[in-house]
Amino acid sequence: MEVPYSAGVHHLAVADGSDCSLMELDLDKHLADAATSIEGAANLDALSEVDTVLLGKKSLITAAKRTLGDLEPDQRREVGGHLNEARATIEGLVASRRTELEAATRAVRLEVERMDLTEVDRGRRLGHRHVVTQTWDRLEDLFVGMGYTVAEGPEIEDEWHNFGALNFPLGHPARDMYDTLYVDYGEPQSTLLRTHTSPVQIRVMEAGEPPFYSIMPGRVFRSDTADATHMPVFHQIEALVVDRDITFADLAGTLETFTTAYFGAGFTSRLRPSYFPFTEPSAEFDIQRPDGSWLELAGCGMVHPEVLRAGGLDPEEWSGFAFGFGLDRLALMRHGIDDLRELFRNDHRFLSQF
Amino acid sequence: MKVLLSWLQEFAPVDGDPTVIADQLSSLGLAVESMSIVGEGLDGIVVARVLELGPHPDADRIQLVQVDTGDGEALQVCCGAFNMSVGDLVPLATLGTVMPDGMEIARRKMRGEWSNGMLCSPIEIGMGDDHDGILLLDGNLEVGHPLAEAMDLRSDVFYDLEVNPNRPDAMSVAGVARDLAAWQGVPFTLPSPDVLESGTDATDRLSVEILDPVLCGRFTARVLDGITIGPSPTWLANRLTALGMRPINSVVDVSNYVMLELGQPSHTFDLDLVAGSAFRVRRAVDGETIVTLDGVERTLIATDGVVADAEDTVIGIAGVMGGVSTEIHDGTTSVALEMAWWDPMSIATSARRLGLRSEASARFEKGADPEVADLAMRRFAELLGETGAILAPGMVDERGQTPQREPIRVRTDRVNKMLGTDLSRDRIAELLDSIEFAPEPAGDDIDVVVPSFRPDSATEIDVIEEVARIHGYGAIERTTPRSTITGSLTQRQLDRRTVRTAMIGMGLDEVMPIPFLAPGDLARAGLRVDGITVTNPLVAEESVMRASLRPGLLATLAYNASHRMTGLGIFEVGHVYLLPDQPQPLPDEREHLAVALAGSDAAAAVGVWSALADALAARDYTLAADDPAGLHPTRTARIEVAGTAVGFVGEIDPGVLDAFGVPERVAWLEVDLEILLSLPHGDKPYASVSRYPSSDIDLAFEVDDDVPAVEVEDRLRTAGGDLLVDLALFDVFRGAPVGEGRRSLAFTLRFQAADRTLTDAEVSGVRQACIEAVEGNLSANLRG
Repeated sequence: MEVPYSAGVHHLAVADGSDCSLMELDLDKHLADAATSIEGAANLDALSEVDTVLLGKKSLITAAKRTLGDLEPDQRREVGGHLNEARATIEGLVASRRTELEAATRAVRLEVERMDLTEVDRGRRLGHRHVVTQTWDRLEDLFVGMGYTVAEGPEIEDEWHNFGALNFPLGHPARDMYDTLYVDYGEPQSTLLRTHTSPVQIRVMEAGEPPFYSIMPGRVFRSDTADATHMPVFHQIEALVVDRDITFADLAGTLETFTTAYFGAGFTSRLRPSYFPFTEPSAEFDIQRPDGSWLELAGCGMVHPEVLRAGGLDPEEWSGFAFGFGLDRLALMRHGIDDLRELFRNDHRFLSQF
Repeated sequence: MKVLLSWLQEFAPVDGDPTVIADQLSSLGLAVESMSIVGEGLDGIVVARVLELGPHPDADRIQLVQVDTGDGEALQVCCGAFNMSVGDLVPLATLGTVMPDGMEIARRKMRGEWSNGMLCSPIEIGMGDDHDGILLLDGNLEVGHPLAEAMDLRSDVFYDLEVNPNRPDAMSVAGVARDLAAWQGVPFTLPSPDVLESGTDATDRLSVEILDPVLCGRFTARVLDGITIGPSPTWLANRLTALGMRPINSVVDVSNYVMLELGQPSHTFDLDLVAGSAFRVRRAVDGETIVTLDGVERTLIATDGVVADAEDTVIGIAGVMGGVSTEIHDGTTSVALEMAWWDPMSIATSARRLGLRSEASARFEKGADPEVADLAMRRFAELLGETGAILAPGMVDERGQTPQREPIRVRTDRVNKMLGTDLSRDRIAELLDSIEFAPEPAGDDIDVVVPSFRPDSATEIDVIEEVARIHGYGAIERTTPRSTITGSLTQRQLDRRTVRTAMIGMGLDEVMPIPFLAPGDLARAGLRVDGITVTNPLVAEESVMRASLRPGLLATLAYNASHRMTGLGIFEVGHVYLLPDQPQPLPDEREHLAVALAGSDAAAAVGVWSALADALAARDYTLAADDPAGLHPTRTARIEVAGTAVGFVGEIDPGVLDAFGVPERVAWLEVDLEILLSLPHGDKPYASVSRYPSSDIDLAFEVDDDVPAVEVEDRLRTAGGDLLVDLALFDVFRGAPVGEGRRSLAFTLRFQAADRTLTDAEVSGVRQACIEAVEGNLSANLRG
């Protein structure tokens, strides 16, 4: 059977799906109609239907393809080629229409979802670690990195650990350097609020065997009226090193290392002779700021032989150094706070800054 | 200790830029607290006489002073000090004067009254450090003369030094000069007073008996005749003024001068007034009395040291203050001069008890030089000789006990091992010799005799410190020991950090109230009142040690609320102090966590607890309704971990909130970390994750209000067994159609097996078991 064909106009004989009868298909017109219906699909669902009509099992093109077997091989190749092209064209149109419709859908959705984020910028917040805790943790981390452990002791101490074992005999005038608060526990004046973290040195020595490389942060008490630089309660950090052949040079070097690590490369340190009953030689430890000014930071020295003995150690076998300084002051310095009382007032406007 | 450079230079040719000398003093352990150039920049300051004092009509803190500047005319000055009287001579900075600090004096009105100049305090003209009052001048100065000329003020450098308790020698100009000379490597020489002696020998005129040799290590006495009491020479008065002591009269001033110069306090008695001319040194008898020089009658106790006369009447409190009965006066002709060495502890105790601490008692307390009296006596006589006093020959010198001074063996090797130095034996000896620590070589080591003015230096390590000090701390090299252990935090310390991190993560701010409470604070918070108290508090508000973190946190909320900051979430980790149940050496001190959520209800606190339990992996806990005092009786539960109570969660009792002035509801959590962190927590064995599908079912039960949700959960868990991998209460509903006094609790249960896909029959079986477990035990019924 002749199938009319001419260049420019595609005439096809197409089998009707149900009865396989052939009819003429004007391919150009079909393509044009297809383009119109694709263009007319108003949404993705409609496009899906159009897609099924044009390219599905019951579409004209699918039906026409099914009849190709009836043609001569040459004709089959040629007509098949045209059908494939037509199918590809329709597929392309559908795809591009789908892209358009998807973009439009997305645009609508995005518009619906539009938010002013400045309107919702409130609500969740992290809490704030107290500035003393932050300093405490920094110091712990620094010394742990230098090979130290962290030791603690009671805030209410006995007279022996706070004074006696630290080479302050009863009645020693050096006890007057500390304005001690006593509590009503046990014998009168036997129990006190520790005036420094140094009693933990004794507790460390009592509890273990040397070598010791420990820091001892903690809360201490003095009978002081609160002002910008004094509080009846404040915090100190103490360090104790006891090992074989520890020297004053080691103390100086350790403090220098600490100074650089904590304050920065622009800071240096010096030691000046001083007096503490529990160290000898004793020294004040000053740091020099980059602007050249000096700040007295810590008391330090070689652990006094009597203190080693009180801790159960032979001072001929072991030697060590200790230093201690105010922790709160480091916190004040770091943040430029000019009044120690702020640390303990617990004003939310203060706490939430750190 | 205050010193003038010119005075130091009388002992040693020390020299240098004033700031370099200041550094050297600091390096010697004599920290310079302040330094100033004195006697300069005083042009324009004149001697003026106070003619009249009157109140300022419009200001309480200023008075109107009329002064005469030499022309007899009254000149009005406004002044903020009130320490002068009519007739006093005072320094006046006249108009146009540029003060040492650069301020120019101009005529100006102060609250409507003209001020024609400024009256000067000692610190304003570089004399001493007193800034509380106007400098009162020697009454013999000529009114109208320039101050510097009238007072013979010379340019000088003033240092105020901080002297450590182990340096009694540095409580004297000579002691400071000795150190500085050693540092500069120049010779140090004590004065050799030039004194003529005449008259009857002192040993024939008075007697001394030491009845308590512990109290008094040495009592020396000499006699001065021909005493006339008058003003001191200007140069001497100037020095005292410069060092912050007010000139009084020739005898008192010389006594102070010698004390400042040589460190030896003295006391003068009118010899004719001392009964029997005898000095008996003993302890007081309880209840004995004496009227001291300040006119106050003092009652003594048996620990006080006294000087008594032949009739055993107390005429002075040893080392603290003399008595009125033998005080020198205008008619005094012969003076008994006492220079003693007193037991530091005795003096410290008496001075403190009597509230009479003075420059003299401070020196005795620290330990004076028992051997300087001979020199100090002659120096005293030399200085007082300028006013005609004559020293009688002879000295009565009785001794009790003074510190032993045995040679101390100082090992060269030990010095270097302690200091990390490489000093030779001879170098060490040289360093010690420069501060009069007498070295004697003993093989490789040195035997050292410590000078009498260094009672603190009694052992080898004391001497090693001196070696380091004179060698210079800065000259010791710096080495850093390599720690021979591993640095680490303990589990407890890590846990504490976890606690804080969890709190911070929930948006809570850490607070740090001080651990002192006022009496009644604990009771207001509904807590036991018998706690640990401070026996010597400065103020009552700081007299009770907290037994709970609760009062501190509530006070913090109240403070913030009063500053319009409400709705805060805060926490504290800190110690509380309890009386132990059983006797033990120290109180029961434990670390607690407390959380307060202002404006939130108990549910929020439960959420914080649950998150904390999660952070610490302490999941095996239960909440049991409880009503501890101070917490909300119907909204509080006891927290038990592994069957042990660790704290409470809920809300603060409304009555307690009122008592603390907290205006809003407060959700509350308190945990005894001591207990919690000793219970099992932390890492748990790993449970592998099932790869098989899970089945979710929802079950809603109608349950009586008084059946806790946790009981329903417990039944479900028991019945669900291993197959129940997740359980959550997702809805609570009260009201119709649920019956009165009951509520609906809706749970989601997820079932899953580790080794297989559950069959419908299995799920249905375990579901039925769960329903029966709840319905059968808790008067509950499943809702359709």
